Amino acid sequence: MQAKAPAIAPETLTHLQRLEAESIHIMREVAAEAERPVMLYSIGKDSAVMLHLAAKAFYPSKPPFPLLHVDTTWKFRAMYEMRERMAKELGFELLVHKNPEAVERNINPFDHGSALHTDIWKTEGLKQALDKYGFDAAFGGARRDEEKSRAKERIFSFRSAQHRWDPKNQRPELWRLYNTRKNPGESIRVFPISNWTELDIWQYIHLENIPIVPLYFSQVRPVVERDGALIMVDDDRMPLRPGEVPMQKSVRFRTLGCYPLTGAVESTAATLPEIIQEMLLTTTSERQGRMIDHDQAASMEKKKQEGYF
Amino acid sequence: MAHQSALIAEDIETYLSAHERKSLLRFLTCGSVDDGKSTLIGRLLYDSKMIFEDQLAALEADSKKVGTQGGDIDFALLVDGLAAEREQGITIDVAYRFFSTDKRKFIVADTPGHEQYTRNMVTGASTADAAVILIDARKGVLTQTRRHSYLVSLLGIRHVVLAVNKMDLVGWDRQVYDAILQEYADFAAQIGIKDYTAIPMSALKGDNITSRSEAAPWYEGPALMQLLETLPVEDDLREQPFRMPVQWVNRPNLDFRGFSGLISTGTVRPGDKIKALPSGRESTIDRIVTFRGDLDEAVAGQSVTLTLKDEIDISRGDVISEAGSPPPTADQFEATIVWMDDEAMLPGRPYLLKVGTRVVSAQVTEPKYKVNVNTLEHLAAKRLELNEIGVCNLSLDAPIAFDAYAENHDLGGFILIDRISNRTVGAGMLHFALRRSQNIHWQALDVDKASRAALKGQRGRVVWLTGLSGSGKSTIANLVEKRLHADGRHTYLLDGDNVRHGLNKDLGFTDEDRVENIRRVAEVAKLMVDAGLIVLVSFISPFRAERRLARDLQAEGDFVEVYVNTPLAVAEGRDVKGLYKKARAGELKNFTGIDSPYEAPENAEIVIDTTAMSAADAAEKIVAWLEGELDYSI
Repeated sequence: MQAKAPAIAPETLTHLQRLEAESIHIMREVAAEAERPVMLYSIGKDSAVMLHLAAKAFYPSKPPFPLLHVDTTWKFRAMYEMRERMAKELGFELLVHKNPEAVERNINPFDHGSALHTDIWKTEGLKQALDKYGFDAAFGGARRDEEKSRAKERIFSFRSAQHRWDPKNQRPELWRLYNTRKNPGESIRVFPISNWTELDIWQYIHLENIPIVPLYFSQVRPVVERDGALIMVDDDRMPLRPGEVPMQKSVRFRTLGCYPLTGAVESTAATLPEIIQEMLLTTTSERQGRMIDHDQAASMEKKKQEGYF
Repeated sequence: MAHQSALIAEDIETYLSAHERKSLLRFLTCGSVDDGKSTLIGRLLYDSKMIFEDQLAALEADSKKVGTQGGDIDFALLVDGLAAEREQGITIDVAYRFFSTDKRKFIVADTPGHEQYTRNMVTGASTADAAVILIDARKGVLTQTRRHSYLVSLLGIRHVVLAVNKMDLVGWDRQVYDAILQEYADFAAQIGIKDYTAIPMSALKGDNITSRSEAAPWYEGPALMQLLETLPVEDDLREQPFRMPVQWVNRPNLDFRGFSGLISTGTVRPGDKIKALPSGRESTIDRIVTFRGDLDEAVAGQSVTLTLKDEIDISRGDVISEAGSPPPTADQFEATIVWMDDEAMLPGRPYLLKVGTRVVSAQVTEPKYKVNVNTLEHLAAKRLELNEIGVCNLSLDAPIAFDAYAENHDLGGFILIDRISNRTVGAGMLHFALRRSQNIHWQALDVDKASRAALKGQRGRVVWLTGLSGSGKSTIANLVEKRLHADGRHTYLLDGDNVRHGLNKDLGFTDEDRVENIRRVAEVAKLMVDAGLIVLVSFISPFRAERRLARDLQAEGDFVEVYVNTPLAVAEGRDVKGLYKKARAGELKNFTGIDSPYEAPENAEIVIDTTAMSAADAAEKIVAWLEGELDYSI
């Protein structure tokens, strides 16, 4: 974060400058109009960019909202380390919510499968946390290029008091005019980086020197091959199937979630330019490493209707 | 990106520094599915290698399952994201797609073509720098080509590309192409599209998409991608006077007071003289503060925080402008409105209007005409329905700083929000201020409300009784007035039926007329309260929004809402005037409770349950409330 911006504006703003200005504008609108905003923090690269944008949007003030991590207890250890470090460095208030029901029933991806695991920890956990603190606007780091139903979602995405999304009844969203009004109990999910692509995110991280979880960089890590994916053995809670022996492979992650549900890719990319290079030359999309999109056709749209981010 | 892959593989650093300098073009595509719009977008994504193998595999599987291309890849499936869209094979909502070439990054708003999704197309068009309008070469200029072109022109999109698609199906016949162009030229001139570029193409085959096709040697212009890569963006925004709507006042401590916003037009430097609107106060820019340090200059499109040399009062919603050429301020306008809600726009109903970062209350005072979007005919209109576009006069409850939409989209584009449902119900474009807003001033009078009230020894109030026809409002109001009169109070009773014999005899029972009915009565009640009277209003007044209007007209505490709650069955059973019977027989249209809704109050000061209380007791309750809760004897 040492680089200094050129004092004189360039001939034409670059695409990253325009995207940044748009995201900052969105964050400020929420801060000005919502009663109790919160920023959802998932610790991944998109969240890292969101934190950075929030720091920029309100400088020299601190962002006027806390961070909320809806924890599943199954994130990579390196992610928890990053979470604590970033909250401290940027001076954000950090709230962590773990669904007590999931804790009590020991919900985990191995015994309960990815669908139930995600539903109870994340979807239900998120609803609980929003209700508990009474947040009326929650920033999320979703991008429209990630998935088909996201491509159709508004930047300000309105949710009923039951946290449901109605894709056929979205508020028209024109120019830079966002309608933040809602009735008591209703809330809005706000996606400031809707118009960024995966490449934009990486380039911005590179340009702005934004800290990210080391798991994005290749390193030799213990993995097992399971159902066609490379799963990292991140702690001893992971039960090995008969015959499974962790292998030491040079791998990295293109996306970060719960470690048992996040496939690694074999790679030697150890720097940001190398990661970007690999991404540009690769032939599969980013969410492919995630199990949740494959569960059923239109699965993300359905999950979103039920209140998943 | 294929053409760049060698550079990516060999020298990623060089590639990155080049890519960082790319500009951004936002464009929209319009046309129906039949025109090949989705195919075109799919083709652009495919040719710029934005479709990954796993997506391609899913697409191939989907194409076989539900595709319309006989087993070939159906690109439309790639872009239609919602389950309902895939099932019905239509595009419902605007979708955003992203791709980049080695010159530029693109955001494509893929908008639906059907007339019932006009609002979605307008949404996509509002942020576009350019529009690609598709025409099927076999069909030529269709009704919807005209509609889309009109909307594109209405939204002020600077660059228009006419994509004459499916040229392969007419054998690349130049005469066909020329005839389409001739027809379009006449129409474009009519709607004010001065400048556009036409390209003959085949999205399905990839001709004239990324490179010039040999199929049409007679065509000498650019391929679509070449054109999109070179269209100027945000060209003249910087040349315009400086304007920045204030989003947020940045106060980390007592020593710092900054104004955060996104610069709409112009440039700004420390030392520049500025004016804050609508207050008109002036100061000088001290610093341009960003996270990366202070700037010597900031331009249109950047999000910044400005500090001033003087402590002047500026808050969210104000506009900071160049002192020498500030935007005008006004509270009455002519505007074009696109209606976007299932519930029609009603003249007189107060909506919230958001322009820039300002929110005010606004009423449409007078719809002048609506436009038939297919023929451009002007039609007389009293209301606007979903997807209708009209030119109207607007009256705001406070002056705003504005520019005509044609000059500045940020200060001339607005949305309308329903105060009860909070839905975004309309969008509009300001044309100009009405001169009367500058010429009619309030006349200050020496004898005021307080002195009139003092002479009567009472404070004026409105007691507003609402409820179904036959609920007992008038009976109760009559008893209340008798009681107050006996106590020596100065009163007046405005009764719904009686007022319709005189002041409002020109009004019927449509939704518009009901709104106007209430507006007039609320204004009359206001004058009477100003005169010091206790005014009893007995009106069905079925809509929350209008009761809200009546409440907002009065000073705080001067409006007492009484909900005379009688179940429909009970009111209908009484049917004193025989009206329910007529309504049920279909002889009476728009009858509240039968074929027109009654919206019960949510926060009435007094609720009367007539099934549990006699009219006399109800009157007693209201008088007691007035005596107890409100000190109405000053």
